[in-house]
Amino acid sequence: MPAVTETIDAVASVTQGTYKYGFETEIDMEFAPKGLNEDIVRFISAKKEEPEWLLEWRLKAFALWKTMAEPRWPAVSYPPIDYQDAYYYAAPVKKDGPKSLDEVDPELLRTYEKLGIPLKEQAILAGVEGAGDTPAEGGRLPIAVDAVFDSVSVATSYKERLGKEGIIFCSISEAVREHPELVRQYLGSVVPQGDNFFAALNSAVFTDGSFVYIPKGVRCPMELSTYFRINAKSTGQFERTLIIAEAGSHVSYLEGCTAPMRDENQLHAAVVELVAMDDATIKYSTVQNWYPGDAEGRGGIYNFVTKRGACRGARSKISWTQVETGSAITWKYPSCILQGDDSVGEFYSVAITNNRQQADTGTKMFHIGKNTRSTIISKGISAGYGQNTYRGLVKISPKASGARNFTQCDSLLIGDQCGAHTVPYIENRCMTAKTEHEATTSRIAEDQLFYCRQRGLSEEDAVGLIVNGFCREVLKELPMEFAVEAQKLLQISLEGSVG
Amino acid sequence: MNASVENSLSEAGAAGFLHRYEGLRARLPGIGLPWLAALRDGAAEAFRAQGFPTRRVEAWKYTDLAPLTQAGFGEPLTPVESALPLPRHAAPKRVVFVDGRFSPELSDTDVPVRSLARHLPELEGRLGTLARVDDLPLVALNTALFEDGALIELAPGEDGGVIELLSVTRADRPVTSHPRHLVRLGEGAKLVLIERSWGHGESRYLHSPVFEVEVAEGAHITHARIQQEARAGLHLSTVFARVAAGGTYDSFLLHAGARLSRSEAHVALVGPKAAAHLNGAQLLGDGQHGDCTTFLDHAAPDCPSRQTVKTVLAGRSRGVFQGKIHVHQVAQRTDGYQMNQALLLSDQAEIDSKPQLEIYADDVKCSHGATVGELDEDQLFYLRARGIPAAVARSMLIEAFLQEAIDGVTEESAQAALSEAVAGWWERNAA
Repeated sequence: MPAVTETIDAVASVTQGTYKYGFETEIDMEFAPKGLNEDIVRFISAKKEEPEWLLEWRLKAFALWKTMAEPRWPAVSYPPIDYQDAYYYAAPVKKDGPKSLDEVDPELLRTYEKLGIPLKEQAILAGVEGAGDTPAEGGRLPIAVDAVFDSVSVATSYKERLGKEGIIFCSISEAVREHPELVRQYLGSVVPQGDNFFAALNSAVFTDGSFVYIPKGVRCPMELSTYFRINAKSTGQFERTLIIAEAGSHVSYLEGCTAPMRDENQLHAAVVELVAMDDATIKYSTVQNWYPGDAEGRGGIYNFVTKRGACRGARSKISWTQVETGSAITWKYPSCILQGDDSVGEFYSVAITNNRQQADTGTKMFHIGKNTRSTIISKGISAGYGQNTYRGLVKISPKASGARNFTQCDSLLIGDQCGAHTVPYIENRCMTAKTEHEATTSRIAEDQLFYCRQRGLSEEDAVGLIVNGFCREVLKELPMEFAVEAQKLLQISLEGSVG
Repeated sequence: MNASVENSLSEAGAAGFLHRYEGLRARLPGIGLPWLAALRDGAAEAFRAQGFPTRRVEAWKYTDLAPLTQAGFGEPLTPVESALPLPRHAAPKRVVFVDGRFSPELSDTDVPVRSLARHLPELEGRLGTLARVDDLPLVALNTALFEDGALIELAPGEDGGVIELLSVTRADRPVTSHPRHLVRLGEGAKLVLIERSWGHGESRYLHSPVFEVEVAEGAHITHARIQQEARAGLHLSTVFARVAAGGTYDSFLLHAGARLSRSEAHVALVGPKAAAHLNGAQLLGDGQHGDCTTFLDHAAPDCPSRQTVKTVLAGRSRGVFQGKIHVHQVAQRTDGYQMNQALLLSDQAEIDSKPQLEIYADDVKCSHGATVGELDEDQLFYLRARGIPAAVARSMLIEAFLQEAIDGVTEESAQAALSEAVAGWWERNAA
């Protein structure tokens, strides 16, 4: 089976190669002292000039966190985390706004460049005065970007354009200052402070993140996008995202994540909350390619994320799409609470684990309203020593008459040292509900490879074709801009997978 | 006698069982054998350390043992000679255990089944080799308290024929029995074992058997398990099976009786081309809870496994299916298939299903499926359009749903026994 051997070698070479986003920007940073205690929570709140109620909210979360234990049920293993040995606040030192790109810290620009952010948007992001006023070139539908650089949202672009529609798209700290009533109403309403260990930690120390508010009946004219970067050494990133879609509105939100190469494991514990009212649609897409650690499993990001959306209104819809290629450990279950009648939840996921990467990811679909529907499509690819687990829950309450769920989980194994696991939970208490679950595990079939090679495709192209086909159902859910990036990421993994 | 019954009844939960062990220990069969005394003491200690599982234990997430842990139970009385009404034979040859003890009077002669209690001295190194006690408290309890059980040992090449193993509980008082059955098939041996659990009476009781089944190379066992306990009974059984190269463990589990039943199977395929079928059906009516939990270990290459479990729920009932397939790295070319289907016939029923794949080998073909739904309206319409009354049509569709699972049992006598147990279930529960 030379093909298989080559495939294994190829995968190995890919992941041992340099991490494309493994750069570190050297810019002045402002840190809070290491460690975690009530004073740090107060320090963060004070730094961000937060109102009293938010400080109380944070302190309550911190008190809850101290009583909680780290979850041990995921199928992942890692050395104990010392929560006192990390910085919980890091911000680039603020200077007066530069007049042109030439004045911007070139390191920062290089970071944006490597991230693939267009020059025009770079200028806006770097806070060049007046850069946001000229329209985007080429008539192309622009993407509004909110870059979270470590803890502080550096800049928000296209704000004015969105403002005309009444859309609010800003950092969460800004939202706390400008729209406190909205933040206060919705913050923690989907993921309460004490929801789980990492959500409680996030609630206590979150530093920034994005805030989106789409008013009634508005269809957001562009894709909203945030790039998260973990930059400084030993800082945890605890961003908090809150998206509210009022009745009849529509928004598509993109989240891209990269982190520089590091030896120490870094903790990332984000919380994302989505709220969709009557007839509203939220589409949330993630491409996550944080540093996965080296071939021996040293370094890499611990990605412990709580994402949950509430379909509060009738006929509302929340759709999660994720492509998870990075992180040493991924622990993530984007979920939907289908409260409104006829509401729809979707989860499309591709997760790749290579070398020593571990992923325990999936979704939860809570069917509460009548005729609620959910679709779960999960594709797991394991290579090297990677361990990939799908863990999901479909729960149908007695009142969810006519509810419908379809779940499909497929796993692909490349190499004989990796693992693929499927742990679905189906809890149905409604007679008229229907649930279906299917799961398969296999490797790339020799006859498929043979068929492709017979037609003149190189082995690499053949594996690429087959894996792309394997993931197609998920990739086609991504917005155009991301589909390209995601395919590139798959390609990078594939380059390694065959000679 | 009455005083001691009252005593043991007054104490509920794990402590009551531990006191029972202390009180009974000197009288338990084989306690004079050092190896067995050590096995029992170790198991009692393991049970003391764990207690009864709670719903916080992942494997018990959906099944609550409160009916067992919150009530007191006593030990069964010595049998008195009285005519015990028994169900019809399911096989020409039958052995009967009453309250976990072998009953020679009720059993047929010339059957290759012996009483375990009378042959303990020769079972060192054979008994307790498969049953794990460290993480399975009910198995630990069984190991500490078992008094008797069936001992079936077939020589290489021997055909044991079709045997019915009937366990009867006289539920006139809240008693518990913990029989331990040991089945060992030599190379190429063959056996059809129709195992029935049956209860008489209105009282609550616990029947908690443990099976250890050793299948040598090329041997084949069909294990049809028919649980027809009385409606107040609790049935908690555990089967351990180890299958060597080319051997087959072919089982079918039917849950029809009991207020609370859970059957756990731990099957290990340890030789190339060993096969396992873990099929089953649960028929649960008002007030019943049924739990079918299986762990299948693919520890050798080229092994096929098949599992189809169907659950039908009526009234206020709850069905649980948990099935885990673990494929070790050496188990290349594993072919595993698992299907779990449930039919909800009432708006007060609940089904919880957790099919699970844990795979560490790459050249495998593993799939599982799970569906939950109500009877298909189109199918009902089709039948009614042909003049079949609604009740009959429903009954037909339910039986067809179940028959598909029973069809997986290739052994005719076992299939007939299962069909008989299933027949007319809906008519009895529709009322």
